Amino acid sequence: MSKKILYSLLAMLILTAFVLTACGSAPAEPAAEDTTSEEAEVEEVEEVEEVEEAEEADASEVEVFSWWTGGGEAAGLEAMIEVFNAEYPDIEFINAAVAGGAGTNARAVLATRLQAGDPPDSWQGHAGQELIGTYVAGNQIQSLNEMYDAEGWIDVMPETLIPLISYEGDIYSVPVNIHRANVIWYNPAILEENGLEVPTTMDEWFAAMDTLQATEVIPLALGEQWTQLHLFETVLLGSLGSDAYDGLWDGSTDWSSPEVAAAIDDFAKVLTYTNSDSASLSWQDASQLVVNGDAAFNVMGDWAEGYFRELGMVPNEDYGWAPVPGSVGVFQFLSDSFTLAADAPHAEGAEAWLKTAGSKDGQEAFNPVKGSICARTDCDPELFGVYLQSAMEDWGSNTVSGSLTHGVVANDSWKSEIDTALGLFLIDQDAEAFQTALLDACVSSGPCQ
Amino acid sequence: MFKNKDKYLSVILVSPSILAILIFVYGFIAWSIRVSLSKWKGLNPDFTWAGFENYVNLFYDPRFHIDIRNTVIFTLVFVLGSLILGFLMAVMLDQGLRGEGFFRSIFLFPMAISYIVTGVVWRWLMNPAEGSRMSGLNLLFTSLNLDFLVNEWYTTPYWGIAAIALAAIWQMSGYTMALYLAGLRAVPGELREAARIDGASEVEIYRRIILPILTPVTLGVLIILGHTSLKVFDLIIAVAGKQLSLDVPAIYMWQTTFDGLFYARGAAIGILLLISVAVLIIPYIRYTTKMETEL
Amino acid sequence: MSRLNLRKNWLYIPLIGLTIFYLIPMYLILVTGFKSFDEIDLQTMWQLPQGIAFDNYIEAYNQLAPYLKNSFKLVIPAALISSILGSINGFVLSKWKFRGADIIFPFILFGMFIPYQSIIIPLVQFMSAAGLTGLWGLGIAHIIYGLPITTLTFRNYYASLPQELLEAAKIDGASMLGIYRHILLPISIPSFVVVLIWQFTSAWNDFLFAVILTGNTEWPITVALNNMAGSQIISWNVQMAGSLIAALPTLLVYIFLGRYFLRGLMAGSLKG
Repeated sequence: MSKKILYSLLAMLILTAFVLTACGSAPAEPAAEDTTSEEAEVEEVEEVEEVEEAEEADASEVEVFSWWTGGGEAAGLEAMIEVFNAEYPDIEFINAAVAGGAGTNARAVLATRLQAGDPPDSWQGHAGQELIGTYVAGNQIQSLNEMYDAEGWIDVMPETLIPLISYEGDIYSVPVNIHRANVIWYNPAILEENGLEVPTTMDEWFAAMDTLQATEVIPLALGEQWTQLHLFETVLLGSLGSDAYDGLWDGSTDWSSPEVAAAIDDFAKVLTYTNSDSASLSWQDASQLVVNGDAAFNVMGDWAEGYFRELGMVPNEDYGWAPVPGSVGVFQFLSDSFTLAADAPHAEGAEAWLKTAGSKDGQEAFNPVKGSICARTDCDPELFGVYLQSAMEDWGSNTVSGSLTHGVVANDSWKSEIDTALGLFLIDQDAEAFQTALLDACVSSGPCQ
Repeated sequence: MFKNKDKYLSVILVSPSILAILIFVYGFIAWSIRVSLSKWKGLNPDFTWAGFENYVNLFYDPRFHIDIRNTVIFTLVFVLGSLILGFLMAVMLDQGLRGEGFFRSIFLFPMAISYIVTGVVWRWLMNPAEGSRMSGLNLLFTSLNLDFLVNEWYTTPYWGIAAIALAAIWQMSGYTMALYLAGLRAVPGELREAARIDGASEVEIYRRIILPILTPVTLGVLIILGHTSLKVFDLIIAVAGKQLSLDVPAIYMWQTTFDGLFYARGAAIGILLLISVAVLIIPYIRYTTKMETEL
Repeated sequence: MSRLNLRKNWLYIPLIGLTIFYLIPMYLILVTGFKSFDEIDLQTMWQLPQGIAFDNYIEAYNQLAPYLKNSFKLVIPAALISSILGSINGFVLSKWKFRGADIIFPFILFGMFIPYQSIIIPLVQFMSAAGLTGLWGLGIAHIIYGLPITTLTFRNYYASLPQELLEAAKIDGASMLGIYRHILLPISIPSFVVVLIWQFTSAWNDFLFAVILTGNTEWPITVALNNMAGSQIISWNVQMAGSLIAALPTLLVYIFLGRYFLRGLMAGSLKG
């Protein structure tokens, strides 16, 4: 047996030695020389087909990059791809979705591809500063004004949304959905048992949680660090009100003000009502505590509703919802949107995809499955469940503010500095240092000075 | 004494490897060093000279201080734990018991599985919930009446990172065991016999004779475990997600680069990591080359 | 001998304890893989599933199958080539030294210790500039970053062989490649086993290089497995079944070749 292995190894060896010797004796001109090595040659042969296909026509395919690989997101994307395939049967859709930690792996992959000059035709990003601060600032995406005009999207997208996805008057992405961040989920049975009403202000919330603290129940279920940032942004909104909250992001509200200090104190107080094992829970684990009856409240974006339904829970029976206390009448949103690469290899294909993504058919296919509402205002409410219908109503009538955790109000650098500051605060509970760090973050990466 | 042709050939045979390493290791390190001395922030490269600003900032960065503390704790627990456990397992398996092959496979198999798979399981096992929601190992301990073992695992303030090291020990101690076992098998039997005749106890034999012989093995294991622990990344993410209390330099580097677009800062962290690895292994490389010339 | 064994029988107690410690995570992976979605709950994780159904495994397999093939296509050649190159390097750097060979060895070895996350940007840029994208590029990355450990293993093994072994052949007029082929290669099999297992496992389990260097049709299994986890709602039962499927090849390698691994280590690949 060993003889046979030996001979096959030997054959491989001689082959490689031969090739590598040829390669090794060549002058050291790395980038250029390497393509002449055995591997590259073979690869070229294999790649020929693809290359030819790509050169034939711009509209032969479209590569779309996202972080929707599982659950309702992936199913929603599939539904939208079906609409796309029906409208553009000649364009092959290449789904280059990569998962990982709320899109973090995906972002790294995308960044390295863009830096290597190999962009996908279109990619997913959170509408707002995440896209503008990163990709518009990096000249990686094209303005879509013409498409908006041609498709008549200006008329069907909410007025408040357009400025948030624009930079210096140009629109840079096509939002496909809207999620709400400032939702508090509660267990109706627990509130009833303890004679509590759904709180609408911070003080009512604290009072309710004081009552619950005396019971076996966890007043507020909380998960890992990013969910704590999510909680922090909703408490900021609830405590400051939407005008002052919005001002944080354009520099008109002072981060070192006593109001912000009070909001931080509120946040610190909110944390005292949470479960001790928060760091070990994913957002799902934390939300599940509410429907399982272990916790009374949980603050999480409205994708939690899709999860509750998947668990077989009944809206208004097993769970209820309300705006986070203090933010009644405010819709703190986030939106997934798609872009057009500046050097899209298949620009025509990409434009076709964006037209589908912005169309009524596309959004009506995607959103009921994903568990979000349409970015367009003309979707048929009948397609959606009871929660999403209420969200659609609020989206049409409320004041709109943007989410920090999900990329609307702050650019990536700023957000990551805030996240670090929050992480340090969670360890040392030093509110003053937290506020200083928040101010520093705004100075170094935000609009402050 | 070699034929000239063969001398040439030997250089030619290794030069592809040298060239590859030159580019893929040293070229990329040089690139990182250059980035670490720049002001690059944002998606597009910016090589404006910044001097050592990024390094100086890290020196004052409270997050980086946490990283260093965590790395020290993790390295100590993980390296010592794997070393001791691996050695003890090797000694036990060296006694010629029946079923040795079975135990060996069991102890070795965690090496075969990636952190992506085992991380989640450890996350469940080390769940720190209390009361009716208790689960994982804590639940197991309680039902076995071993309540004193119940703890907060990786959510323990300050020492939480040590719990992650436990999962890493699970993964790597089998490999340590294999290296030691191979080393033990290479110890000549006459040495033990002679010591026994001199009236030495088994423990003494191991301490006085076998451990010193195994010094090269121990050093090799130390290097492998040491650099693994300095680079630990995916295990922590898989077990505990991204949270600052369990932050280490590799995670900070990744987050600040790809989430925060602070490319220059990320590169500086990478270079500091590399320097600490170098501090660990250069003496080892010198030691082994010295040993060889003495032979 | 048998009395000695009797006296040592108490060793089974710690050994069995350790066996349990090593198998607990495995138990959870297995059990969870058989549960249905609504059975997944942290509080009941120790309980056996309500029934044995292979649905999860079938679903996971269907999702992973194409990527499983990619992994094999990638990992086997990468492990082989990296091992062979390492063997040649080890041979030259221990038995056929040229001037400066003693500097070259630590120079190569150091490559083992770089934190890979810090070099992925230049790596991707270099690979796409050189046109080495997809599985080929990934394979080349695995080969190159595997060189330090394979070179180390073979060099240390060959260095432990007596020089006389070669002298005799040289006097007989054997060429360098002849000596390598006829004398060293046949006795290198144990080291090849060690290195191949090592390279196979690390390339199989690699996620970082795979996710940045390959596109969606060429992903190896680790990326596909990670993608199965989605980003918001995770079906842990299918995920665990998938994990087991993804880990199976490396597990089998260890179970069936574990003893050769040890034998190879014993054959001297670990000295120094």
